[in-house]
Amino acid sequence: MSKSKNNYFNATLSDKLFDAANVLVMCIILVATLYPFLNVLAISFNDSNDTIRGGLTIFPREFTLKNYETIFAYQGLITGFWNSVLRTVIGTLLGLLSGSMLAYCLARPDFQARKFVSTFLALTMYVSGGLIPVYILMRDLHLMNSFGVYVLPGLVSAFNVFVIRSFIDGLPYALQESAKIDGASDFRIYWQVILPLCKPVLATIALFLAVGQWNSWFDTYLYNGGTPSLTTLQYELTKVLQSTTNQSDIRGKNITDLVTSVSPESIKMAITIVVSLPILVIYPFLQRYFVKGMTLGAVKS
Amino acid sequence: MEAITLNEKKPAGAKNKGFWFRMVQQKYLYFMTIPFVIWVFVFSYLPIWGWTMAFQKYRPARSFWDQDWVGFKHFVDLFNDDRFYLVMRNTLAMSFMSLIAGFTIPILFAVLLNELRNQVFKRFVQTISYLPHFVSWVVVAGIVTKMLSIDGGVINDLLVWLHIIDKPIVFMGEGKYFWTIVTSSDIWKEMGWNTIIYLAAITGIDPEQYEAARVDGAGRWRQIWHITLPGIRTTISVLLIMSIGHLIQIGFEKQFLLGNPRVIDYSEVLDLYALNNGLALNRFSFGTAISIFNSVVSVILLFVANGIFKRVTKESIM
Repeated sequence: MSKSKNNYFNATLSDKLFDAANVLVMCIILVATLYPFLNVLAISFNDSNDTIRGGLTIFPREFTLKNYETIFAYQGLITGFWNSVLRTVIGTLLGLLSGSMLAYCLARPDFQARKFVSTFLALTMYVSGGLIPVYILMRDLHLMNSFGVYVLPGLVSAFNVFVIRSFIDGLPYALQESAKIDGASDFRIYWQVILPLCKPVLATIALFLAVGQWNSWFDTYLYNGGTPSLTTLQYELTKVLQSTTNQSDIRGKNITDLVTSVSPESIKMAITIVVSLPILVIYPFLQRYFVKGMTLGAVKS
Repeated sequence: MEAITLNEKKPAGAKNKGFWFRMVQQKYLYFMTIPFVIWVFVFSYLPIWGWTMAFQKYRPARSFWDQDWVGFKHFVDLFNDDRFYLVMRNTLAMSFMSLIAGFTIPILFAVLLNELRNQVFKRFVQTISYLPHFVSWVVVAGIVTKMLSIDGGVINDLLVWLHIIDKPIVFMGEGKYFWTIVTSSDIWKEMGWNTIIYLAAITGIDPEQYEAARVDGAGRWRQIWHITLPGIRTTISVLLIMSIGHLIQIGFEKQFLLGNPRVIDYSEVLDLYALNNGLALNRFSFGTAISIFNSVVSVILLFVANGIFKRVTKESIM
């Protein structure tokens, strides 16, 4: 009897120790995640001559808006911003349309080509042509130095189609049948019955598409590096970051070549904040959609 | 009226109506599918046709029929190139490091998150830890470079302050640190996000099991070891198989953005090697040969991994 009581006491003590250690670990993770962002934020608001002295943590020592004024006076960044917004909006809308249409057709059990199209799509998830063949193709299609290269190649994503399809599979089929009996065409069933019901999964997919579009830089580098009017925010940041590491194949002038009044360091940090701000601001509100999508996709694959 | 009702609900009769009849009936479905099938064909399948370049002496100005065919010359060149083995070493080293660390740490983190008692705190930690997943690699590379810099980088400051090192280390300028930097940045960015699947799997575990274990006097560690971990075993093995399939397709973004000429002997991975040869040096055929090697090895790895998985669990993920 006394032994079991002793056991119980030990368990709670070790439980408490475990909890304390666990909370400590979590706090370390929190600091490790947040500190870099706050540090960058502080530098971006700090006077650039003062920053060089070092020792900045998470608060600016000599507050200034000059770093931001400098970068917003730079035309490349403004152009980049609009292109990033444009590709995000267009890419997301087109991606949603194509994904949901295909998903609807593949979710129809009576569709003749269902099996073929599913396999045709699924294969693209396992085999890809590789960098060079894709590059040659884009050149042959005259997509180099064009806005199209941002939204066209990735228009259909097999993964997104399958996620949306598994959602439609979960909807009661009777809805489609009754619409059919009322004489609705397949397209109208898609547009007026299925699409409105798919809002939750489409919200999730839209977020993933939008983040993907906003964060891309490589297509700009590869295809549109020589066209300043097609630059994007991420690419402008890439140029600034790579300029100091002498990765010489990054093309085009960047802002640090033009500005001497503010140190490259401060400019980099200010652009970093501008580039990541939209995501950092909207993310907490939309987190549940992201998580939902992640688990949906995982169940499917 | 009869024609409008759905055919497949009349099992025997529908089949006899004929293929073409049903095709006309499903014309809207075809209209909604065919454009995208063509799209996928152009953007995903035509590049595979481009693999023929690897067997040619490809010259951009010529049409397909006027190219000179050279057989496996580019593959022979590839396997005779010393650089190739260096690149393979880098690719495998970084992918194994990220396989091991990027695999165990999220599991551990998910289990620890699950053990948190305060739900509000738990949700807060989750929200914060997912955050880096959504910023681009460009931003992460910038942040990492800043944190590791010799003037004012927090890592160097911390190490000096703790008297672990005497003077700041040039982390970004020495090849021997590169693999660790890439792996750690990857973990910093994706650790939280990768817990989501495990946390979802953990919610599926029957709470009564924990109850029973507590009655038997099992502490927290033993509950983790005997209930939580076995409970998510299937999830773990599925994700393991998938990451083995992607073993040599580790991408190149991190290596491109974090690398610089001083560490290139450690940062060049297969894709970058293809990029540097194919585009910077205009050796399109050679670059394509590298891409083919990459794709073929990945598919083989995927099948092997899936085969092992099938044998062990009698399930298939493909």
